[in-house]
Amino acid sequence: MSPKHLIEARAVSVIRDKKTLVDNADVDLLPGKIVSLIGPNGAGKTTLVKTLMGLINPSQGSINRRPNLTVGYMPQKLNVDSSLPITVQAFLSMPAVSQTKIAQLAEKTEITPILGSALQSLSGGELQRALLCRALIRDPDLLVLDEPAQGVDVNGQAELYQLITGIRDEIGCGVLMVSHDLHFVMAATDEVICLNQHICCHGHPEKVSNHPEYLQLFGQTANATMAVYTHHHDHQHSVHGDVSHCDHSH
Amino acid sequence: MLELLMVPIFTGLLLAIISGPVGCFVVWRRMSQFGDTLAHSALLGVAIGISASINTNVSIGLVCLTIALLLSGVKQNSDISNDTWLGVLSHGGLALSLVCISLADSNQIDLYGYLFGDLLAASWQDFELMLACSLIIGIFLWWNWSSLVSMCLNEDLAQVEGVSVALLRVGLMLSIALLTAMAMKLVGALLITALLIIPAAAARAFAQTPSQMAILASLIAIASLILGMIASYFWDLATGPAIVTAACIIFALSRRRATP
Repeated sequence: MSPKHLIEARAVSVIRDKKTLVDNADVDLLPGKIVSLIGPNGAGKTTLVKTLMGLINPSQGSINRRPNLTVGYMPQKLNVDSSLPITVQAFLSMPAVSQTKIAQLAEKTEITPILGSALQSLSGGELQRALLCRALIRDPDLLVLDEPAQGVDVNGQAELYQLITGIRDEIGCGVLMVSHDLHFVMAATDEVICLNQHICCHGHPEKVSNHPEYLQLFGQTANATMAVYTHHHDHQHSVHGDVSHCDHSH
Repeated sequence: MLELLMVPIFTGLLLAIISGPVGCFVVWRRMSQFGDTLAHSALLGVAIGISASINTNVSIGLVCLTIALLLSGVKQNSDISNDTWLGVLSHGGLALSLVCISLADSNQIDLYGYLFGDLLAASWQDFELMLACSLIIGIFLWWNWSSLVSMCLNEDLAQVEGVSVALLRVGLMLSIALLTAMAMKLVGALLITALLIIPAAAARAFAQTPSQMAILASLIAIASLILGMIASYFWDLATGPAIVTAACIIFALSRRRATP
């Protein structure tokens, strides 16, 4: 493993109940780099992410993590029972950090007005920003975001992606992001990994600067952070941008 | 008269205090079925204790801890849902225990006492055991409070942040098992889960933070205990049902305050 790597995974496979969830995946996570993981439902994106963080043991392959690596994790959902009385402030205070720091990060993620609200009462966008804030609390070397824009409306998504890019620029952390929808992969993404159990293809995304559909959908500001990834392989895509077929021959 | 009641009162107070926070976790983690399964199977410990002529406190404790460990190892992905599994084990355990007790020696066992509890019969030994167990559970919860609450929100997130999730999960299950074993003689196998979840549920309407809810649950459990014991003493009611009834009345009143 090179000294620059945050996480280096080689030939990682996860097999559960005779079902291959992740097949022979190589992933390199470096400081300051944003890696997006895309793929259809059930492609093993979350499984791969959890394996990289060490929550799941790989069946095969090796994963090297930089010693004392601090990971900020934004899970897909919380699933909090409504009987648990907890405010956003209390949620953010769970890791041992100063209140000043919480206030500062709450300001950055624009959740200061909802610090006193119950966690279960938040809207989709508010919850995602609160989760992002929690992920940032421990000064992560690596941010792992599992579908950060889910439940967020289109304008909110563009803002959220801008926020993530800004944070990367500011603290220089590596970012691993699961995205469900190809069209929302950011322009600032340094590498895209297309997963469908195995890694179909990976590489730099191409910017779509003036595509009329993008301008129409997201407006001028959003366009600056939106990009589409052009595949170099013979994949087919459904209208939603999901990969419907991957060629194994390459 | 009062001296006679001192031991049961203090044993009951300990039970009420510790069941507050433990009950909160049962509610937050939706484990009431788990609690029932433990409590019902704990009766098996009575049958084993009588048959093997060993102290029933010991046999009940061992059975509870064993079942908690077995349940914590149960895999989620089965063709039968977790809920159904617990339902089968819970009622299966109850039936099997009753069969075993009948076979063991029905004359020797106060079955009614084990099913519905007899707090007023608490002995000095019961008090000492309760004290030891409350201390163990209390220290475990106090020490790991923030991590345990974090686990109720998202176990993966907790683990990424350095919480030993698997270990604490087993610790929590063992705490519930230990408390169940202790509470068995006092409030009865059928009502233990009620004593855990009803005060916690009643506390929800007044609490703003997890720790507030735990403390309030303890206070509500204490109030239920005192009201139940008074009713039990003056009207010669079974203590366990009287305490749980009192808790239910407090719960019903708390709902008036609850925000929809």
